[in-house]
Amino acid sequence: MANKSVPLWTLYGLKQGKATVPWPAGERASQQGFLGMPRFDPGKCAEGCRECVDACLPGAITLQSGGEARLSVDYGRCIVCQLCVEACPTGAFAASSDWAFGARHREDLVWSRAVASADGTALAGEIRRVFGRSLHIRHVDAGSCNGCESELQALGNPLYNLHRLGIFFTPSPRFADLLLVTGPVTYALREPLEAAYAAMPEPRFVMAVGTCAVSGGSNGGGYSCANGLEGLLPVDLYLPGCPPNPAAIIHALLMLVGRMPQRVRGGRIAEGSERA
Amino acid sequence: MTRYTDVAPRDLEPRCREAVAAGARMQFVYAWYPDGSRALDDTQPMEQTPTAELRYIVHAAGEHAPQIWRCRPGAQPVPSLAPIAPLLSWHEREVTDLCGLKFKDQPQPGPKVLLPGAKAARPPLLPGPPAPLTYVREPYILPEIAGAAPDVQLLPFGPVRAGVVESAHFSFYYIGEAILHYHPQLFFKHRGMEKRFEGLPPPLGAVLAERVSGVGSVAHSLAYCQALEAAAQCEVPPRAAWLRVLLAELERLYNHLHYLGHLCHTTTLKVGDAEGHYLEELAKQINCRATGSRFLRSLICPGGLRREPGLEGLAEPLARLRAEFDGYAAMLESSTTHLDRLITTGVLGKQLAFDQGATGPVERASGIDRDPRRDQPYGAYRELPPRVAVRDGCDARARQQVRIEEIEHSIELIGRVLEGLPDGASRAECRPAPGSEGLGWAESPRGSVYYAVHLDARGRLARVKVKSPSFSNWRVFAHTVHGTNMMDYAINEASFGLTIAGCDR
Ligand code: SF4
Ligand code: SF4
Repeated sequence: MANKSVPLWTLYGLKQGKATVPWPAGERASQQGFLGMPRFDPGKCAEGCRECVDACLPGAITLQSGGEARLSVDYGRCIVCQLCVEACPTGAFAASSDWAFGARHREDLVWSRAVASADGTALAGEIRRVFGRSLHIRHVDAGSCNGCESELQALGNPLYNLHRLGIFFTPSPRFADLLLVTGPVTYALREPLEAAYAAMPEPRFVMAVGTCAVSGGSNGGGYSCANGLEGLLPVDLYLPGCPPNPAAIIHALLMLVGRMPQRVRGGRIAEGSERA
Repeated sequence: MTRYTDVAPRDLEPRCREAVAAGARMQFVYAWYPDGSRALDDTQPMEQTPTAELRYIVHAAGEHAPQIWRCRPGAQPVPSLAPIAPLLSWHEREVTDLCGLKFKDQPQPGPKVLLPGAKAARPPLLPGPPAPLTYVREPYILPEIAGAAPDVQLLPFGPVRAGVVESAHFSFYYIGEAILHYHPQLFFKHRGMEKRFEGLPPPLGAVLAERVSGVGSVAHSLAYCQALEAAAQCEVPPRAAWLRVLLAELERLYNHLHYLGHLCHTTTLKVGDAEGHYLEELAKQINCRATGSRFLRSLICPGGLRREPGLEGLAEPLARLRAEFDGYAAMLESSTTHLDRLITTGVLGKQLAFDQGATGPVERASGIDRDPRRDQPYGAYRELPPRVAVRDGCDARARQQVRIEEIEHSIELIGRVLEGLPDGASRAECRPAPGSEGLGWAESPRGSVYYAVHLDARGRLARVKVKSPSFSNWRVFAHTVHGTNMMDYAINEASFGLTIAGCDR
């Protein structure tokens, strides 16, 4: 019997039309309703209260003495569980849709009143010079919950279609420009992770995707894990989120190659950068 | 109600033999330290190391509620029950690794959850601050190939593999295309998740449960919360129970769509690959609009729901998804190139599936008519019994068919929830008493998840045990690989729909 299925499939594919959304506006629309990092407003924070501190499993919120605010809020540890928003009696933590949390410096993920100015454009310039307009990524799962992988895999679906941006996953570290790491780094995956990094040609870059890889989050430490890439590998780009959505990952990748600006400063999306 | 029975070590074997002969399923075994929570209290130093107690979870044929056998090892050695119920083997080895308790005559002694070469100064699950493992890599335990057969090749693969996939190490012994023996070395991703629950206030455990297996966030937090609700004897308000069904079925939906796309990827059906992943994306966007999370996180809590999902605007995109899915499913089921690769691939016979503990769609595709949503109903599944998809093809095709049918059933169930959703509160108080315990379960897209929780004297978590479906199905999977060929391996693996995070924990 002749096989009719292939032409039928082709026809079916054509009927579905073109699904890819235009970047960046459509990417943002595709994340409609997304709950991101809660916004912190120290002006509303009540003296003597520690509700959010106790509600925050990964310890992203800590009491401070003599800082800019009563609390230190480290979004590099935040797993977007929204419990602080529910626990806060005064609205000092408010739900937000902020997800574009890719940052070149770890400090940019910590709330601060003054916004640091260094934005690492020098690095971006250098990367652009090195890679032109394409980027090859080696992904290493260092002990994720598979949530981050699920979103990385989504980058290949017809909606995000990462290839159109000149970004590719490669099976070999020898052809990779970027090591993309997920998970808190288990004792058993530390060595394979370091081996992948060692096998990459210079210049090589490292991106921590997901709160686990940035700081360990809720799943780091303990008897079998490190605290993400902290103290293990030099990180060029941090992207917290649990998991970061596909648009956040695309934004961070484009940021790395200097095709998008960083939006987060002082632990919050800087005013006016929404449309950047 | 869950029934507790004390069983002395010497009575374990006859009881187990009797139960298995009567068609019972030994679900799993775990250990905990009844006197251990005192060790957490710095002010009262422990006189001696607390002793572990074993819990066997047993489902007798035809019974709604599980039985729990309590066994205090004491001076007598505890016999391994793996010769009677093979699926217990991995569970027993995990108990040995994490709680230091050995089983007499274990047929496959050796580390399981800890990699060869990983050493713990004290049993990791012994209450109190954990001592980090030390690790010096050792070769994996592989069988010797009899005789000096020069044609037999060994192909090691992993733990970091090609593409965006989870980490694990696979060894294939093969001649030409034929696989003689296959050994998956899992547990590279072991994060010690169960230990992380220790000492937490119960509500925070729900957030952690969502991060054990990310694509099973709902099933894990649901099983966890139901375990606490059992401990607290708390009634979840009907509205919350119905909404939990909605969340659980939305989880099944995006997972099964992903599964179909990935299966097409392995049979190189390009359009089917793209379409499956496209539909998965639409489902995740529906999740996101309804709950703020593409993985449906941050809603389920002990006693009900933290907040209500947004239901307006759910029916219409679901109807569109359904219409598109129907065309997709019809294509999948009539594409001969695709089906040719699935039929007779990865055969898992009914008896083997039962003995080795297959669960979920894998089990139902091997002719076992079992679904805890219907057979051990929990929450609103009591009022909303699902139709159960069963096939007896026992191969990759049957596993695709079960998933396709389950997608249809899930969409129907969501429709029933939206139509009949009761009014009222969506959260009740849930305060398990200090020292109480409970068991909860849920049917995830991959099969049954169990959580067992024990509260300490302060009402905090003393011990949380997680039984994930992939832990069960990975064990089964290897049996379907030996004696098959390399070309079919990826298809077979995809047809099982396994996660590694859930298995490794
Ligand atoms: S949303 Fe982030 S900061 Fe708030 S409690 Fe959760 S992890 Fe902590
Ligand atoms: S960051 Fe969150 S989603 Fe990503 S691996 Fe960790 S727990 Fe999972």
